[in-house]
Amino acid sequence: MISIKSFTFRYRGATEPALENIDLEIPRGQFCAIIGANGSGKSTLCFALSGIIPHHFAGEYSGIVRIAGRELVKMELGQMAGLVGLVFQNPFNQITGARYTVEEEIAFGLENLGIPQDEMSARIALALQQAGLVQEAHRSPYALSGGQQQRLAIASILAIQPDILILDEPTSQLDPVGTREVFELLARLGVSQRKTIVLVEHKLELAAQFADRVVHLNHGRIIADGKPQEVLGNPRLRLQGVQPTRFTLAAALSQEQAQLPSDRTLPVTLEQAIGFFR
Amino acid sequence: MNIQIHNVHFTYPGNVQALRGIDLTIPSGEIIAWIGENGAGKTTMAKLVNGLLKPTAGQVLVGERDTQTASTASLARLVGYAFQNPDEQLFLNSVWKEVAFGPGNILDDPDEVTRRTRAALELTQLSHKAEMHPYDLLPSERKLLGLASILSMQSPVMILDEPTMGLDYCGLQIMSNIILRAREARRTIVLISHDMDFCLEHAERFIVFSGGRILRAGSAAAVFDDVHLLEQAGLEEPQIVRLAKASGYTPIPKDPAEFVATYLERR
Repeated sequence: MISIKSFTFRYRGATEPALENIDLEIPRGQFCAIIGANGSGKSTLCFALSGIIPHHFAGEYSGIVRIAGRELVKMELGQMAGLVGLVFQNPFNQITGARYTVEEEIAFGLENLGIPQDEMSARIALALQQAGLVQEAHRSPYALSGGQQQRLAIASILAIQPDILILDEPTSQLDPVGTREVFELLARLGVSQRKTIVLVEHKLELAAQFADRVVHLNHGRIIADGKPQEVLGNPRLRLQGVQPTRFTLAAALSQEQAQLPSDRTLPVTLEQAIGFFR
Repeated sequence: MNIQIHNVHFTYPGNVQALRGIDLTIPSGEIIAWIGENGAGKTTMAKLVNGLLKPTAGQVLVGERDTQTASTASLARLVGYAFQNPDEQLFLNSVWKEVAFGPGNILDDPDEVTRRTRAALELTQLSHKAEMHPYDLLPSERKLLGLASILSMQSPVMILDEPTMGLDYCGLQIMSNIILRAREARRTIVLISHDMDFCLEHAERFIVFSGGRILRAGSAAAVFDDVHLLEQAGLEEPQIVRLAKASGYTPIPKDPAEFVATYLERR
């Protein structure tokens, strides 16, 4: 579904590339989490997968990014909208500001795609329900809390029903219950509709529970790519600027204090930690 | 500086009742966590403490000052509020100017403004980006910049709204270090956060908000040992508490180090 080959991108005016020599294949229906320290290239990867790079951000671009077999640089942004949806890190940057209500904000993308009125209403109703915003349908996007704006950003993309959902820290302002709901929804869309999910996330416990695969970016390069525990249980994660779960931290600390070798893959989830400390 | 909140109510335009009778006293120098689900009233309460909003009924006292009558400028000297979303807070065209703005407004001595600005940038590790435009920073750096711009005010009360949002390991170390220093300086700190492990590691007391009311005020154990309360308030236990409970350890540890100490002792 997604195929990136030898992809390098340097923003105009930057000395270092934001992403360098990226090779990544993500099959249809996979739930892939992206982790990495701040500035490691996670958001740039989201922009590259959704066509914002190179269509909006100028810079030096090399390599090939293909979505569903089509080369992204050769597609119009309009053609891509139905194929790939991006939920921005900061919902403030995504909400158009051109609409008065939550419902109208969700309709904005659909109108641009020329979706017929009946279908549009059905899609808006479904997206409101999926994102937990039914009560907010007639409020102004700007009267919403940070968490609700984040739900709106998600709803606007869900309504477009793209095959690929790219989400850049979509739950950073949500409470634990809301966060879990979003992860469960994404996982469900992956299973029932074979949506491809690419999710940038700092909440590693949830990434471990829900993702099929984790890709670790560091200084613009992929330094690990594999099953969640393999990547997230890496005892060197902290040195690469990623905050591990407290389960991983406790395990690392006990290894250090018992002066045991520090190269063992560590627990990431509660279940794994219970096994480790048994 | 202490804070006293007496039977505070707040209703947003459109008759949205955000707070329904809050009573809380925060002694000077306490590090307190305000927790609860989205919409519980935490951020609204914070804005009432720094005077951005005025109570519909009831009273908020910061030290001796009543926020109903005190000017926003005078409250700004007392209460620093780092927004959840720093983009709502930042407005100048360089990192240095942003951090120097607050102290520049309250101090006559330009050297002292420079000293404070430099110190705040060092604490947030943004010194090398002082000349940059805030919008050329990474979102996580903007979060730290929002913090730097209140650190430079050296206000006796700091409210940090979702301080760990979007921060990586290094950013979290910076944030933790700032809280530890503020604790040493006996500043009053309010942490508003969904990051339960971070709250557990730093806060001395927890206030659980739900539906505009306080459901519980007490120690970590008073909150995290009460499963019914957690469910009612939509809270999740910190990871380290879940591990301790699954291992049968009491009392609950405050961080991985305490957990490991108990583990090694029992082994």
